[in-house]
Amino acid sequence: MEMWFSEIHTQNIKLTIRTDKQLFSGESDYQRIDVFDSPELGKFVTLNGDIIFSDADEFVYDEMVTHVPMAVHPNVKKVLIIGGGDGGVAKELSYYPEIEEIEIVEQDELFMEVCQKFFPDMAQGLKDPRVKIYHEDGLRFLRRRINEYDLIINDSTNPFGYTEGLFTKEFYGSCYKALKEDGIMVYQHGSPFYDEDEAACRSMHRKVFRSFPISRVYQAHITTCPAGYWLFGFASKKYHPIRDFDGARWRKRNIKTWYYTANLHIGAFMLPRYVEDLLEEEEDKL
Amino acid sequence: MNNTDQKRAPICEALERLRKKRVVPFDVPGHKRGRGNPELEQLLGDRCVNLDVNSMKPLDNLCHPVSVIREAEELTAEAFGADHAFLMVGGTTSAVQSMILSVCKAGDKIILPRNVHKSAINALVLCGAVPVYVDMEVEERIGIALGMENDKLKKAIALHPDAAAVLVNNPTYYGICSDLVSIVQTAHEHGMKVLVDEAHGTHLYFGKNLPVSGMAAGADMAAISMHKSGGSLTQSSVLLTNKTMNAEYVRQIINLTQTTSASYLLLSSLDISRRNLALRGESSFSKVVDMAEYARTEINAIGGYYAYGKELINGSSVYDFDVTKLCVYTQDIGLTGIEVYDLLRDEYDIQVEFGDIGNMMAYISIGDRIRDIERLVGALADIKRLYERDGSGLIDCEYIQPEVVMSPQKAFYAERKSLPIEKTEHCVCGEFVMCYPPGIPILAPGERITREIIDYILFAREKGCSLQGTENPMVEYLNVIQEQ
Repeated sequence: MEMWFSEIHTQNIKLTIRTDKQLFSGESDYQRIDVFDSPELGKFVTLNGDIIFSDADEFVYDEMVTHVPMAVHPNVKKVLIIGGGDGGVAKELSYYPEIEEIEIVEQDELFMEVCQKFFPDMAQGLKDPRVKIYHEDGLRFLRRRINEYDLIINDSTNPFGYTEGLFTKEFYGSCYKALKEDGIMVYQHGSPFYDEDEAACRSMHRKVFRSFPISRVYQAHITTCPAGYWLFGFASKKYHPIRDFDGARWRKRNIKTWYYTANLHIGAFMLPRYVEDLLEEEEDKL
Repeated sequence: MNNTDQKRAPICEALERLRKKRVVPFDVPGHKRGRGNPELEQLLGDRCVNLDVNSMKPLDNLCHPVSVIREAEELTAEAFGADHAFLMVGGTTSAVQSMILSVCKAGDKIILPRNVHKSAINALVLCGAVPVYVDMEVEERIGIALGMENDKLKKAIALHPDAAAVLVNNPTYYGICSDLVSIVQTAHEHGMKVLVDEAHGTHLYFGKNLPVSGMAAGADMAAISMHKSGGSLTQSSVLLTNKTMNAEYVRQIINLTQTTSASYLLLSSLDISRRNLALRGESSFSKVVDMAEYARTEINAIGGYYAYGKELINGSSVYDFDVTKLCVYTQDIGLTGIEVYDLLRDEYDIQVEFGDIGNMMAYISIGDRIRDIERLVGALADIKRLYERDGSGLIDCEYIQPEVVMSPQKAFYAERKSLPIEKTEHCVCGEFVMCYPPGIPILAPGERITREIIDYILFAREKGCSLQGTENPMVEYLNVIQEQ
């Protein structure tokens, strides 16, 4: 028996993964959720047919949205994760003792349950006593928050699905307002390679660049992303991701990582020419 | 209402039968199911171009319907509780004009509020009827014209007992509803027909706990914008008549100006939307009401915005309020409605229905989702954070009651001259000036131009309102009547 899962990356390109079995399929109020087991990538979860993460590459993404800002901001006490129902980001944050509160706003309760059942290791992060979970719309949650957080991590991946409201100027503006005067926001910046994705990537940078005094983009290689390539955004009111980066301090923490290192931190902000160009074009549009 | 019949969609069924027959077209349209225009087919899709066919015996003819279109009209009439329904393909503009042309001849008087859509006054230019404007109350805080009051109507009737008809726009764009039942009673007591411009009221016929609809109130005719809250394609509309009207005469009036090549895309969309409303309208509109009320509460919680609702009801000039309308007064954050409208589109990728001097309106319908409402509310909060300013010096009123000097038709066809707008004070206007949307004329042909009106037009232009109606594209000049 041959059973293959395909994710459409563009009209003309798809990523196909051999699967052993489908472990779960269900429909929440917001999206269709499926979990598969595969020989190469282990278990992976999809939302409306888009892979969100797999056992094999989840660490890249969770480490990169967590350790990059944590190695820059000198004193993070309160963190907000928008999305993050899988618990992966919370798990990385749990290695930092100075954090006092971690709030997770995950609208989709079913997604959270599914992750807890099929990805119990990641979901460990949700059990940290500092974690508080809210099931509501991210934009709505943020409207009522002013000057509260040191770090906001937007853990939503899809600018076209039900989370599209989390890739808008109103969202970035609400984050700015909810952050303290030296706060940092880290967010998914999509993949710049294919045409359709490039437009979304450009528009994100344009919006954030206009909303925050410091707005830089960094990269990672993630197997299941379109073109295997993914960008993250670093938006900040005060700290610069490289000038204010304290590698020595981070090394001393002795956190065991698989992707992130203090050396990689600076390298991740060094972008290919075509990416640099498209981002700068958006900055010049102001 | 017979639910089994309402499950039918005769025009769509006929189109489906035609498709299966694979008829070879040697008739218009010349694109022949898209084959002759591949780029059009690529844009619209093959299903769409395949539906773009001409009237023929199996599909009936809108000008003189005897089979499937007649059945569709009967089902529509039944769904709306009317005696007769006409499917319209020239927009609700043509429905409003057909209503007026059906009851007014040259020289007849028609009583109406001044804040009507331009299509109503256009009809007066066409037929030569004379408008009698009922005095309107204006809401002090938000500056909008309110509904037609029965007492004021009685006064107008006392002064003009020979008027042929009364036209009411209900609900207004802003959701204001008049006491239709009393208005119908008053008008009928004086032998006048009642026409209701229900361009913004399709849902009143299907939703629960909404203001009374024109047909339910006993009006003689009503114009229904199915493409607004009804979900059909843009430009499709419905005209309803009561048993007090001669339907075949109304059909003749419609045929004076309506196309003889009605689009089956529009007709089938009316057919399907009527079925959808009849079967599922009640539950759909209950969701719309919930979304609009949620948005109102959240917007009012931001502070600085006023999303008004049922609290405006006062028993007379606001007899009822249509809660599906989400209008927001924006001047308390120092911005005009049109400025917020522009910011929403340019900065937040959100297109709302209209912005005028004091208000903006977000159209909430059966196609909306709560997450989009969150975006709208989030964007309004962010606009306040980033753009709030001192609002002194803003003009606050949307509505100025004009002085009518001559009939719109006489003024429209009179000898006119073009003057710079600043020099037109005291002149009689020979054309329309309006912001679109909402399309309510600031000046209509035959009205006196005052300093206040000139200031209003200049202010609206400066703030970015899209001004229309004048011969001069930039609205820098106005055509005025040559004084004798």
